[in-house]
Amino acid sequence: MKDKNTKPDETAERYFTGFKDGLPIALGYFSVSFTFGITAVSMGLPPLAAVLISMTNLTSAGQLAGVSIIAAGGGFIEMAMAQLIINLRYALMSLSLSQKLNGRYNLLHRIISAFGITDEIFAVASGKSGEIDKKYMYGLITLPYIFWAAGTAAGAFLGEILPEGIKSALGIAIYGMFIAIVIPPSKKSRGVLFTAVLAAVLSCVIYYVPLFDGISSGISVIICTVIAAALAAILFPRKTEEAEQ
Amino acid sequence: MKDASYLYLSVAVMALVTYLIRMIPLAAFRKKIKSRFLLDFLYYVPYAVLSAMTIPAVFYSGNYIISAAAGVLVACVLAFFERGLLTVAVCACAGVFLTELVMQLAGFV
Repeated sequence: MKDKNTKPDETAERYFTGFKDGLPIALGYFSVSFTFGITAVSMGLPPLAAVLISMTNLTSAGQLAGVSIIAAGGGFIEMAMAQLIINLRYALMSLSLSQKLNGRYNLLHRIISAFGITDEIFAVASGKSGEIDKKYMYGLITLPYIFWAAGTAAGAFLGEILPEGIKSALGIAIYGMFIAIVIPPSKKSRGVLFTAVLAAVLSCVIYYVPLFDGISSGISVIICTVIAAALAAILFPRKTEEAEQ
Repeated sequence: MKDASYLYLSVAVMALVTYLIRMIPLAAFRKKIKSRFLLDFLYYVPYAVLSAMTIPAVFYSGNYIISAAAGVLVACVLAFFERGLLTVAVCACAGVFLTELVMQLAGFV
């Protein structure tokens, strides 16, 4: 599928740019999906089912909740509701990303590439200046997808032989990546700093205050996000030229 | 867990719901949003999501809160000096690992 107005080498270059940007995400994913593979098998799922879940879902929190529900023999409605609530943040991300796609990003490609929108892929894509083209997006999704599946397989089949110290250390990998995405723009934009600090404070309040014990982690993320981002948009509106980026 | 058909139907439900959540907004919003508030809101969304997902969960990501806190400190310092995603993630893991090693050698755990 070539663009009519671009040379093939240019297309390949844009794909490769995305491909390279996906490498750090992919390596982070390997360690996270590795721990997912270990967890799923320890809950009684066959290793191949764990890999299938990773290949069809591509999301950390939702998959973890999903295998817990399966392990407990929960119903399909419960499963659908849990996924909806935990993964609703992707709807916000897709909406946000829909504003950054260029004019040639047609419906078919939106339908296909939507599968690859994760927290990190979204963060890298939305952090890029200017519009996003589809070749870049496919490039960006490639390695994280492969490593997410491969890491799950490795964890599911080999997890038990890994020393406890290594498993414990790998647990922080994904959060390290989140921190690396949030802190640099927080230095430059007071709005981003405000958003990140407020979301963290709200998240702690929901986590530690007993009154909010009934709120699951998926719903908590939605509540914190909506409040923090809305307040930031009111208190720290961006100038027109910033918003064009 | 019940039988294999239950397992694979559950996986199908999971996958379908997760995909539709991602696909519908991306496919439906072909036009550019004009509202300044909505644009700014959407701009701040990823930072709010990542921050809320990280804190306080990161402190419970390993065996001990102390070692996780050491990993967070390493990640924050490196991120402040704008190191790449991979460098920050790997060094945070190393920070946790070394802290737990020291804790064991010192006899704290």
